[in-house]
Amino acid sequence: MRLLLCALVALLALGLAATAADLGQLARDDKQWVMPQKNYANTRFSGLKQITPDNAAGLHVAWSFSVGTNHGQEAAPIVVGDTMYVVGAYPNELFALDATTGDLKWKYSPRVDPSSQGEACCDVVNRGEVFDNGKIFFNTLDDHTVAVDAKTGKEVWAVKLGEFTKGMTLTMAPLAVKGKILVGNSGGEMGVRGWLTALDENSGKIAWRAYSVGPDKDVLIGPRFHPYYKDAQGKDLGVKTWPPGRWQVGGGPVWGWIAYDPATNLVFYGTGNPGPWNPDERPGDNKWTTTIFARDADTGEAVWADQLNPHDLYDYDEVNENLLLDLPIGGKPTHVLVHPGRDGFMFVIDRATGRIYSADAYDTITSEKSFDIKAGRPVMNPALRTMSNKNVTGICPASPGAKDWQPTAYSPLTRLLYIPHQHLCMDYEASEVGYIAGTPYIGATVDMYAGPGNYRGEFAAWDLTQRKKVWAIHEKFPVWSGTMVTAGNIAVYGTMDRWFKVVDARSGKLLYRFHAPSGFIGQPITYQGADGNQYIAMLSGVGGWAGALAVKSAGLDPRVRNGALGYTGAMGDLPAFTSGGSTLLVFSLGAANAPH
Amino acid sequence: MRRISAMLALLVLTAPAQAGVLRVCADDNNLPFSNKAGEGFENRIAALIARDLKDTVQYAYALQNARFLKHTLFAHRCDVVPGVTAGMEGIETTRPYYASTYVFVARRKDALDLSSLRDPRLRRLIIGVHLIGDDSTPPVAALGREGIVDNVRGYMIQGDFSKPNPPARLIEAVRDKEVDVAAVWGPLGGYFARRSGSLLEMRAITGTEAFAPLRFRFAIAMGVRPGDDALRDKLDAALLREKGAIRIILTAYGVPLVEIDGVRNG
Repeated sequence: MRLLLCALVALLALGLAATAADLGQLARDDKQWVMPQKNYANTRFSGLKQITPDNAAGLHVAWSFSVGTNHGQEAAPIVVGDTMYVVGAYPNELFALDATTGDLKWKYSPRVDPSSQGEACCDVVNRGEVFDNGKIFFNTLDDHTVAVDAKTGKEVWAVKLGEFTKGMTLTMAPLAVKGKILVGNSGGEMGVRGWLTALDENSGKIAWRAYSVGPDKDVLIGPRFHPYYKDAQGKDLGVKTWPPGRWQVGGGPVWGWIAYDPATNLVFYGTGNPGPWNPDERPGDNKWTTTIFARDADTGEAVWADQLNPHDLYDYDEVNENLLLDLPIGGKPTHVLVHPGRDGFMFVIDRATGRIYSADAYDTITSEKSFDIKAGRPVMNPALRTMSNKNVTGICPASPGAKDWQPTAYSPLTRLLYIPHQHLCMDYEASEVGYIAGTPYIGATVDMYAGPGNYRGEFAAWDLTQRKKVWAIHEKFPVWSGTMVTAGNIAVYGTMDRWFKVVDARSGKLLYRFHAPSGFIGQPITYQGADGNQYIAMLSGVGGWAGALAVKSAGLDPRVRNGALGYTGAMGDLPAFTSGGSTLLVFSLGAANAPH
Repeated sequence: MRRISAMLALLVLTAPAQAGVLRVCADDNNLPFSNKAGEGFENRIAALIARDLKDTVQYAYALQNARFLKHTLFAHRCDVVPGVTAGMEGIETTRPYYASTYVFVARRKDALDLSSLRDPRLRRLIIGVHLIGDDSTPPVAALGREGIVDNVRGYMIQGDFSKPNPPARLIEAVRDKEVDVAAVWGPLGGYFARRSGSLLEMRAITGTEAFAPLRFRFAIAMGVRPGDDALRDKLDAALLREKGAIRIILTAYGVPLVEIDGVRNG
């Protein structure tokens, strides 16, 4: 009977994988997890409820797997049918595993140019892969997007989208939408001009490319563009809000998350910081950096844009995820986009128009006094303005923001948003001697440290209706991992000091923890195996911008507080808790590992 | 192939600094400082110091970006970095062996004769500068403070490292009339101006006092890992013994030399 059931489930799963034309449909099957975001709405919510607060204490490791190299592991595994796919940090090997047993089915090893390692700003991470129509799509650090046959592991196509020799890399997880693969670039610190590119899923050919900076024709701003705020209205603002020509090295990379709304056929994503960092060199709003764009998925045409940090002073990228939710606004159910901002504000934005309904602080903010939702701009704190000849202390949040790339999750049952994030402030010190390529200069350095309360990270639950924090768990280090939540009312995250944690989604009560081989900066997922058991999977392996210090190969000196763009100062004790790692951990409640 | 290079890297990593070998960290594509063919003045000075110490030179090359030290010196692939700023944080530096200044490079036939940062013509000339990802070179910062922004063109200092000597793009921009004048670090400006025939000329930047704490003159030293005092002392002694020969090399490469903070060149 049990065998028959297994076979049936497998058959069903196989059938789904083979015939499903619509990824959105496939994403609704909670047995699988077909994209890092779980679904187009980016909720990272699964309907599975075998694991609950009542039984989570019985979790144990069902199987584990090494992706090979000890760099920061930020990727989410995905599960399609009975197969799990997971991509490691550079050199970006892709593995296919039996999702139930952990047996290796195949591996695909791209030939990634080792020189590209020198170009990534913040460790050589990769944030994951996506499935669509029988293929797995992912990016390699040396600027290739690759399509691999999901069954055989054979490369179908690989296209090169840029030159890492000019500072550009690819680290984000692509998204598949209606036969197109959407890819964005990294490298805002290197003078790279940011873009989002749509590739034909079958050939890899570029269907459209939307730049973040430059003239309207490059940004794909045309007749359909109707921004809500006055500051975003006008011709060629991607040129006019910069000193002449400076937009060409203006940044605005697209290395975070993309959401898709099938009802309106719009994709939503945020752009990164302007380049160079020193704001004195780029007077003006520097559009369209740190901007949320809504674009037509078929053509890339911009429909609206909200620039959240005009003339960014603090490296507040706005690449963070956008969750597509229906929330009551003024008593009326409204289609909104929720964006937990890098600057520490929780933005609730109308999906159709870009109008900002609310922006509430979810962490300590000193750099901005408030966010003016009428003007669509932050009210800056002039006392904390950075300048090349002035030291400024007590800037909160620090450059990585109140939250960086690590994605939140939303449960429609608890109606809470689960936010893994950091709690750091920084001092900005002008006039530090540096040198590059033989050229000495006086530059600024930043030094980060724990925010008020003397903790550096937090896992918080935020009530989007009440617009307030309901509970929070303080962590020693920034919570640089993603999270997910289930219908069983459990939420999962990992800490940089190696704890895998399962908490009660209603109260935050710790239900289960496991001391992993290395710290976590990955993304948890859940799925149902062929044996009917619910599994939770997450990569351990500390690193990334926050954890580079613990990765020996990154070679950072803990005595230099300003390493890793100022992050090492806040992380000096991390090597006492963890070193690098590369282990995928898979947990379940199933029978312990007795031989069959 | 990748496996072989990984093995080599491992070998280098585990090899202790051997007697008789001066292990130098350098960029293999960054004239006038260094390149793979050993044609840069830092290559020449390293050879000179090694000969003085009766050592042979062995190079570990890496792109000289913000992570250069991490990939070379702190990865123990080499022990000395020529051409760092004296007193730089996070690294132990030797006595300075020269000091130079930021300069203006312009086309000779334009006869701009520009030297002061306060020259009113800077408000209308097209000025080329080097940009650094998360920091800025002093001229950019000073011009920005003066509100001179719209006529400033930025060139990424690293540029495209698949092309020869990426920082040289800024000087080529003067030659090709993309900009009227470049404000650039002296050794770069001096070398490429000299190689332009009589097309380009160079003047040291003056009038910088008002922009303190921005500095335009820097003393240059060799860097070693913190705590590597024995090597630093050896290098200090050799640099002192070879100061005359070093000056000859620097002059031959057109490096503009200045005296600051009691640092005498050569």
